[in-house]
Amino acid sequence: MRTPASVRLVAGLGPKGWLAIAAVALVAWVGVPLAHLMLPESHPLHVSTYAITLLGKILCYAVVAVAMDLIWGFGGILSLGHGLFFALGGYSFGMYLMRQIGRDGSYGAAIPDFMVFLDWKELPWYWAGTDSFLWCLLLAMAVPGVIAFIFGYFAFRSRIKGVYFSIITQALTYAAMLFFFRNETGFGGNNGFTDFKRILGYSITAPETRVVLFGLSVTLLLATIVLGKALIASKFGKVLTAIRDAENRVMFIGYNPLHYKLFIWTLSAMLCGLAGALYVPQVGIINPSEMSVANSIEIAIWVAVGGRGTLIGPVFGAGIVNLSKTWFTTSFPEYWLFFLGLLFILVTLYLPQGVVGLWARLKARKAEKAALAEARASVAAAPRATAAPEAKIPNGTAATVAKGA
Amino acid sequence: MKRIFLLLSLVLGLWAGSAGAALDPAILKGLASDDFDAKQAAVAGLAAAGDDADAQRLLKALSDDAVAVAGERVVIVAGDQVLDAASGAAIKPAPANSESISLNNSLRQQVDGALAALRLFSTDTAERLAAARLLLADMGDGAVLLPLLDKALAHEQDPVIKDILVRLHAQASLGSPDAAVRLKAVQELGESASPAVKALLLGLLDKQGDDFAEPDEKVRLAAQTAIKAIDGRLAWSDTAGQIFTGISLGSILLLAALGLAITYGVMGVINMAHGELLMVGAYSAYAMQALFRARFPEFVDYYLLAAVPVAFFVAAAVGMAMERTVIRHLYGRPLETLLATWGLSLVLIQAARLLFGAQNVEVANPAWMSGGVQLADNLSLPWNRLVIVAFSGFVLLVVWLMMNKTRLGMFVRAVTQNRPMAGCVGVPTARIDTLAFGIGSGIAGLGGVALSQIANVGPDMGQGYIVDSFMVVVLGGVGQLAGAVWAALGLGIVTKFLEGWAGAVIAKILVLVFIIIFIQKRPQGLFALKGRFVD
Repeated sequence: MRTPASVRLVAGLGPKGWLAIAAVALVAWVGVPLAHLMLPESHPLHVSTYAITLLGKILCYAVVAVAMDLIWGFGGILSLGHGLFFALGGYSFGMYLMRQIGRDGSYGAAIPDFMVFLDWKELPWYWAGTDSFLWCLLLAMAVPGVIAFIFGYFAFRSRIKGVYFSIITQALTYAAMLFFFRNETGFGGNNGFTDFKRILGYSITAPETRVVLFGLSVTLLLATIVLGKALIASKFGKVLTAIRDAENRVMFIGYNPLHYKLFIWTLSAMLCGLAGALYVPQVGIINPSEMSVANSIEIAIWVAVGGRGTLIGPVFGAGIVNLSKTWFTTSFPEYWLFFLGLLFILVTLYLPQGVVGLWARLKARKAEKAALAEARASVAAAPRATAAPEAKIPNGTAATVAKGA
Repeated sequence: MKRIFLLLSLVLGLWAGSAGAALDPAILKGLASDDFDAKQAAVAGLAAAGDDADAQRLLKALSDDAVAVAGERVVIVAGDQVLDAASGAAIKPAPANSESISLNNSLRQQVDGALAALRLFSTDTAERLAAARLLLADMGDGAVLLPLLDKALAHEQDPVIKDILVRLHAQASLGSPDAAVRLKAVQELGESASPAVKALLLGLLDKQGDDFAEPDEKVRLAAQTAIKAIDGRLAWSDTAGQIFTGISLGSILLLAALGLAITYGVMGVINMAHGELLMVGAYSAYAMQALFRARFPEFVDYYLLAAVPVAFFVAAAVGMAMERTVIRHLYGRPLETLLATWGLSLVLIQAARLLFGAQNVEVANPAWMSGGVQLADNLSLPWNRLVIVAFSGFVLLVVWLMMNKTRLGMFVRAVTQNRPMAGCVGVPTARIDTLAFGIGSGIAGLGGVALSQIANVGPDMGQGYIVDSFMVVVLGGVGQLAGAVWAALGLGIVTKFLEGWAGAVIAKILVLVFIIIFIQKRPQGLFALKGRFVD
């Protein structure tokens, strides 16, 4: 008998996992708001607006990283165009924020300022209904989803994979960036969408709004991880990893990889769209440079630094890379590209499983040493001719971190 | 209009009386006056004097700002001497105080036009041709030159110059007050195939308020017919021009893609730093230019010839170092190679920024590469692009010879087709990898030299090329030179035509869509290797 999905979901994470999630959620929804709103600025535990915005931004990136890990770490598909889906989500929701400005823009018109600038009289058809919060939220998922579905269908159907697929996704996001840079396409051109004022009627810069957005980002990240965990633990996940490791053999057994790849690809794009929708109100701007080729490749390095094929790794990766980016670009801006470039090279050369893999390796070595010492002690105590017990491989991590690539 | 009448009457009047005698005092008086209209009339008079030596000398002096008024006399100041404008005789003693005659822009244009028109009477055919071309580019007020052109037409024997003169004459007649003259001019201009003439005729149809620029209905109709006729003649040379720019883009793509095709073919990895190797090549050209300027200024026009081998070896060295230190260790992990080489590209970009600055640097075309071959009025093939097309043909030939006629090439092909088997029969695959990578990178360096002649040279110039050159490799199929050639030229020409038709962005998107559809049909590229390729 099949266990219901909900039961498997709970079981898949284990009590420790759920406890961790509850703790993180508590900190995000209670601890951070209290520290930001209640504590005076001089207090050592006070969380500044800057910190909340930065963390919120990184949390959105972390969602993208987990979504990327789902397709790359588990599906073996390296996308160099995930920035596109992120930006599409951002643009969809950004339009809602543009509409919320209402008549408070510099021109006092009912349509966004950049359209007045283009001398447009009304909204173009594709922005119809964007004054509705729910519709825009739906758009933020549906637009990346539909584009990913169509693109993925044609790409996977003809079995484009490996570097071919990566380069074509890169070309896709590059073409989209050029398209969004144009003024007459109705996406705000160079400047994109900015100068937001309100969200659902609340001021977008109010500390309370920021705290809520931050909490939502944490929640989205947790939900993504839980969903990913459930997917990977399911039969679907097993077939997916099998496709990653030996696509032809999976086909010979009788599975059609198209459905599996297409599903995880589309899901990943939609998650990116949602992350983009949460990113825009916190950062306050969305413009075509989000779709630049370099940005999309950076997403891959977050995942690689954290550890592919683990769901928690990308979260760390996104955090590490983006915090160092913030630090470098303020302290030694001219060395940031050197650092990033070396990170790309060194991580791929020496840390194929990222920091999580490094952690697992250190733990394994420690266990090995302990076992060795124990064996020596027992040999000394009783001269039995048994070999030292096999070093214990920690559950999960090392086993799931398969070869990939 | 009224002013032109005035000028014409003056010019025609002078025309009759100017022969033989020294300059008309009325002209000099006009020049000395403060009124620009009077000055204009005076210059027109000088122009009409035709091949009169005094008039030419005065015009030349006007153009050099060397004419002054001393008391009642108009004089030419030439160094220490002061000459009388009318006779050219030196005045002794030089008048104490003189005030130079100032020209405004339109007057200066007119003086230059008149000078050029006077050169139409030179005995040297080349100079007459140059003068006619000069007038074609910028005639100024045509009506003033009309009598001169009439005279020149009567004299001219050379058919080429005569053609130009006919057109000039027609252009000048457009300003005529007589509708019949204008009509005849428009009909004559309809014989041309020049975009400039088309613009001129379009100008007649412009509306200023409620009135057309050309008041006569019949002339307007004739202009419309003439424009249609010109359009028809322009169409083919436009197409030829687009094909040429397409081929020129294609040859750049080919240089970028040839190297990538070799490295991708041999090792199955995409080198994301390939575009940066182009950049290395371009900066090598820049460095050679700087070296030649500093050390061998007399040979500076030949720096490019020196840059070719230098760029090849510098880029090849960078590529081989990359292969030895990074790519070799990622063998069998193509996606991670993608990321690692991207990291390399970031490092190279930043290194270039620190070494040469973040701004674009200036790499000049050598003198022998500037200018172009004028095939038609709207079709000129610039020398730098022609040289690049020829250069990429040369590189292609060398690569073909190397791949097909040398032992190294045979090894490279063997590793491309079947690495384990090649290893089994004694091909040193690891060394071939390094060498092939070096050669591919070196070719990219050559592409960079070519690119430095037509594009900006800056630290991130190579970023845009990786996708395009990979598309060429995808289209052409791996390990096939012929495939790469057809794919590069085809992609170049198609892109240029689409750009002309739909703009650069849409063209980019359409090309991408086309390639995705193409891969649906032929996943192995245009020219697939025969054999079994299943992973």
